[in-house]
Amino acid sequence: MADPMHQFEIQVLKKLDLTIPGLGNVDLSITNSVVAMAIAATLVLAFFALATARVAVVPGRMQVVGESIFGFIDDLATSIIGPEGRAFFPFVFTLFLFILAMNILGLFLVFTATSQLAVTVTFAALTILLVIVVGLAKNGLGFFKLFLPSGVPWYLWWLVVPIEVISFLLRPVTLSLRLFGNMLGGHVALKVFAGFVVSLGALAMGGGVGLLGIPGAALAMGGVVALTALEFLVAFLQAFVFAVLTCVYLNDAVHAGHH
Amino acid sequence: MEPEAAKYIGAGLATLGMIGSGIGVGAIFSGFLQGALRNPGAAGGQFTNLVLGFALTEALGILAFVLGLLILFS
Repeated sequence: MADPMHQFEIQVLKKLDLTIPGLGNVDLSITNSVVAMAIAATLVLAFFALATARVAVVPGRMQVVGESIFGFIDDLATSIIGPEGRAFFPFVFTLFLFILAMNILGLFLVFTATSQLAVTVTFAALTILLVIVVGLAKNGLGFFKLFLPSGVPWYLWWLVVPIEVISFLLRPVTLSLRLFGNMLGGHVALKVFAGFVVSLGALAMGGGVGLLGIPGAALAMGGVVALTALEFLVAFLQAFVFAVLTCVYLNDAVHAGHH
Repeated sequence: MEPEAAKYIGAGLATLGMIGSGIGVGAIFSGFLQGALRNPGAAGGQFTNLVLGFALTEALGILAFVLGLLILFS
């Protein structure tokens, strides 16, 4: 059977070693991951350029779709963070669309950029750095009240504070691993089921008892179709979950003293 | 036992962590459906909370999955 992990290998398409003053030699090779991300970003940009090309009071079809995606994330940010959420809307909207585009493209292309831990860790690090910067800028040292929920009696502080600190530090870890794990797991399952179709089909080619492989292959084929449908749901859900969690973490930073 | 065999057994055991995650996700959706069927009007507004609880619970299952991968491929 073909190796189901082969699809996640990074292949260098164009070698590009640059020497940047101050940084030394930097590997900026164009890989299949870079290409997948560039296509995703281009698609998002092209879609919104088209949707807003002819803006009218009575919107056309494209404009309605664009506006409803816009309103969807706007509602999300303001319902979780409150009126201050408007300030973070561009960040959340960009993250959501970029991740959604990469997830969906992964089902059409051979490569899923979000199944690379490096990509998801970058998003999670961006988010958590923004949370820390915003929290410190808005609340000053009051940001550290985040680790001490109100209403906790003083004799339990020694227990609650370490738990809160650890749970805060685990946020970027789970944020990146969730997206990575879902994408990786889903695509491995797809390829394993697709591999069953091929190997059972090869068994049936032998004739005799091997013909029993035909219903098995049909079953596996049905599994692939069902799993692909499920993956479309997961692709949207994971992008949405990333946006929701970004909003929740930003809410903690904005309202550090109120929980 | 050969080290290679122990590796595969360990990776299989690591996936047992998904049991808890499965129970948790099931409990979340069952709780949501029970509430939603009693008060369908309020159900739509809780979708974000539903997905949030689902994501936080599922993360633990994903950790078990990643651990299995780490054992297999490192």
